[in-house]
Amino acid sequence: MPSLIDLTLEGRKIQQHGPWPRVMVDASVWEFAASELAHGRWSLLGLWGEPSTVHMAIMDGATAEIAIISLDCPDKAYPSVGMHHPPALRLERAINDLFGLSAEGLPDTRPWLDHNCWSVRFPLGDRINALSDPAPYPFLPAQGDGLHQIAVGPVHAGIIEPGHFRFTASGETVVRLEQRLGYTHKGIEGLMIGANLERAVKLAGRVSGDSTVAYAYAFSKAAEAALELVVPDRAVFLRALLAELERLANHLGDIGAICNDASFALMHAHCSVLRENVLRAANAAFGHRLMRDIIVPGGVIRDIGDDGAKAIRVMLDNIRRRFPALVELYDNTASLQDRTVDTGVLKPELASRYAAGGYIGRASGRPFDARRTLAYPPYDTLRFEVPVLNEGDVNARVWIRVREVEQSLSLIEQILNRLPAGPTGTHAGHRREAREGMAMVEGFRGDVLVWLRLRDGRIERCHMRDPSWFQWPLLEAVIENNIVADFPLCNKSFNCSYSGHDL
Amino acid sequence: MRKLLFESLFRQPFTEQAPSQNDAAVAELATAVGRAARRQLGRSLSIREVDAGSCNGCELEIHALNNAYYDVERFGIRFVASPRHADVLMVTGPVTKNMRDALERTFLAMPNPKWVVAVGDCARDGGCFAESYAVVGGVSQVVPVDLHIPGCPPPPTAILQGLLSLLDRAANNAATP
Repeated sequence: MPSLIDLTLEGRKIQQHGPWPRVMVDASVWEFAASELAHGRWSLLGLWGEPSTVHMAIMDGATAEIAIISLDCPDKAYPSVGMHHPPALRLERAINDLFGLSAEGLPDTRPWLDHNCWSVRFPLGDRINALSDPAPYPFLPAQGDGLHQIAVGPVHAGIIEPGHFRFTASGETVVRLEQRLGYTHKGIEGLMIGANLERAVKLAGRVSGDSTVAYAYAFSKAAEAALELVVPDRAVFLRALLAELERLANHLGDIGAICNDASFALMHAHCSVLRENVLRAANAAFGHRLMRDIIVPGGVIRDIGDDGAKAIRVMLDNIRRRFPALVELYDNTASLQDRTVDTGVLKPELASRYAAGGYIGRASGRPFDARRTLAYPPYDTLRFEVPVLNEGDVNARVWIRVREVEQSLSLIEQILNRLPAGPTGTHAGHRREAREGMAMVEGFRGDVLVWLRLRDGRIERCHMRDPSWFQWPLLEAVIENNIVADFPLCNKSFNCSYSGHDL
Repeated sequence: MRKLLFESLFRQPFTEQAPSQNDAAVAELATAVGRAARRQLGRSLSIREVDAGSCNGCELEIHALNNAYYDVERFGIRFVASPRHADVLMVTGPVTKNMRDALERTFLAMPNPKWVVAVGDCARDGGCFAESYAVVGGVSQVVPVDLHIPGCPPPPTAILQGLLSLLDRAANNAATP
């Protein structure tokens, strides 16, 4: 059986691409890769387009090797991966919407991000002016006696992002859920084209607000890989500090919010207080509650002072003191457990086929965590565990997050104790020729992937893949046979990003 | 659970209300919102929030308004599920073309009198997404905006302050026929 390395030997290697290889391949190698994905030997990390090229990032799960294969498609078509490997379906529909490249054999050719409102088709490829004329979207059929449909969104009942959910239910039981996303599509990848690094990293930090650190981190790492920049040690540690604070705040908020969706408001009230403590400490240390615009290519733009470090330590002590009682409350409340245990089960086979990242994958037996598997600095020198469970229900996803809160508390302390002295940034510089880089960073929700090509200090093309791309479709699968009233609970336990997905 | 509830009975509340120097802004809000809202709207102000394409950063801070530190409900301000129950439409994000129609319909579903509050830098003019093929621009391109609260995202205290200024203005307009 050929390994991923063998595959990359078959193509023409692109110079100036780091840290993983990118090779131009022909259609037969492309199709071979699709079939290896379909057989579960490799995982799909991303699939994205350019005006006449498609790229696919692949990981060999056994060896954690990563490669990008690219296929030229001068006649605007390429062999569909989604035909063999369903996780690629929505990505191929999006490539068609944005670039006008069609996947030959794709079983679902409905538009995805394009709701026919843009006044233009294929905005990043060969643009065609079009009248905006939103037509009804043909949802997939569900047939049977007494089935009824429930349409929800795009405007939801709470303070949430917009998206449409179409339920087909038999009585209270969900027979089929179909999502329709794309409402928050802002055309970020279009805005990236031609942007300088300063503007581009700002845009990256606004792909998904709850992961602003993770995106700025991944973007900066990709740019640094392209430019072969070495980031000073202090900045490397400060970035991890920012990333762990973001993870901590999101996990605390969401653990409470999941319980709130099971009408257990007490947990929510207490967890929101802890989340607010993290945000205030972040504000004291870095001058912004969500820590936006702090990581930039080359380093970080803001150092932490003694007061900031102290504020973080006080916060750590406070959470260490109060969180265990909340975990106990969660564990000992039978009415809450009744809602979360065995609800919304994601089977390990499915998690692995979709290469589901974050707590969703790890609650269903997929141990991938970019911090551990790819071991990027400083995580290669920090002590932490990657919790994994196999049950795959709402309860398991809550427990993974509880354990990750504990790990993040420990990581933050280790980072503060070992923070090296020195500069916090290096000048990004300027390279005339085209250079490419890719990076994966573990955000709270899962692995964020950024690939980019720079030329003469500007972005020629930048693709950012949110972990939600591979998590949203799984939500459709786990809700089947659950009751409609458990949807908010399942949805919150996934907490996929709309904006990160819609881009 | 009993232990936690019991503790809460005896512990100082997290809610920041005391007129200490630092928290003067929140305290001032508490009284002023109370006065103005009561004159215009009785004892409550109901807000329907719509994300018209934001990055979800503003949503996080709007959520925070409900935590024990800010506790907006003590001012009679609450978030409601239906636009039919709302006095204020709170909109975040640059309005994307894909959300334009939904935003307009939500606004039309609200009864009069109604106000629109645009939250965040993108909501003013599209912010850093302004020139995109997929973005209409600021909220005022689609629905009439009464108040804009800047920030990326604005912290919860800034959102509260913004709501106060809106209430004051509404009250003044009502006082001068």
